[in-house]
Amino acid sequence: MMPALHRRDLLVAGLGLAVSWRAAATPAEMEAEIRAFTGGAPLQEGKVGFEIAPLVENGNTVPFVLSVDSPMSAADHVQAIAVFNSGNPQPQVAVFRLGPRAGRAVVNVRMRLATSQRLTAVARLSDGSHWSKTVDVVVTLAACVEG
Amino acid sequence: MARALITMPTTARRGEVIEIRTLINHPMETGYRRDSDGTLQPRDILRRFSCRYDGEIVFSAELHAAIAANPYIGFFTVAVASGVLSFSWEGDNGFAQTESRTITVT
Repeated sequence: MMPALHRRDLLVAGLGLAVSWRAAATPAEMEAEIRAFTGGAPLQEGKVGFEIAPLVENGNTVPFVLSVDSPMSAADHVQAIAVFNSGNPQPQVAVFRLGPRAGRAVVNVRMRLATSQRLTAVARLSDGSHWSKTVDVVVTLAACVEG
Repeated sequence: MARALITMPTTARRGEVIEIRTLINHPMETGYRRDSDGTLQPRDILRRFSCRYDGEIVFSAELHAAIAANPYIGFFTVAVASGVLSFSWEGDNGFAQTESRTITVT
């Protein structure tokens, strides 16, 4: 038994997949994090774009594009865009802080996905309003394979 | 020093929106993984990225463990004047690295 187990461990480690995220964030934790980001302000749907493949083959590195419909002028611009997840161990993914000097409210990043889950992007505009976009993704090879 | 790649134009017209793409070599160890012995690997991630244009922050990011290894961040900025753009990454275990690129604005 032991040598076989050991060989499997080595194989998995060699592939760089020996990830074992045990606890997962819950949708409730994600909601709490979103409230912490907005400060309890109402969340409206729209303005935010969240481009990500709906079917992800490899959860270790998943590219996505955030965009916000904004003129990015001194009077009307995006202050921050935050991304939250419901299935990784922690609900936070990243917070991007922009300003009128960003010119265009578009950010490209790559993230990990532990499992098929729901992701939400929230943008805070200079007038204090918050806008969101939620996407569901299906992951066929998770970023966390039991080691 | 970690290997960092920064792709951006070296020249631009004044007021032009330019795309900047950055990539840095970093494992982004989540702190949730176990190695083959079953011991938990301590967390080692980048926590913060910032881009300064002649000293003024034009873009910054707070990163968490859900960001993939070798973090890639692509964003935009307005070319306002010839000068230096500096890119800083800060992370666990005292990680700090700054790279600079110059831009000529006509």
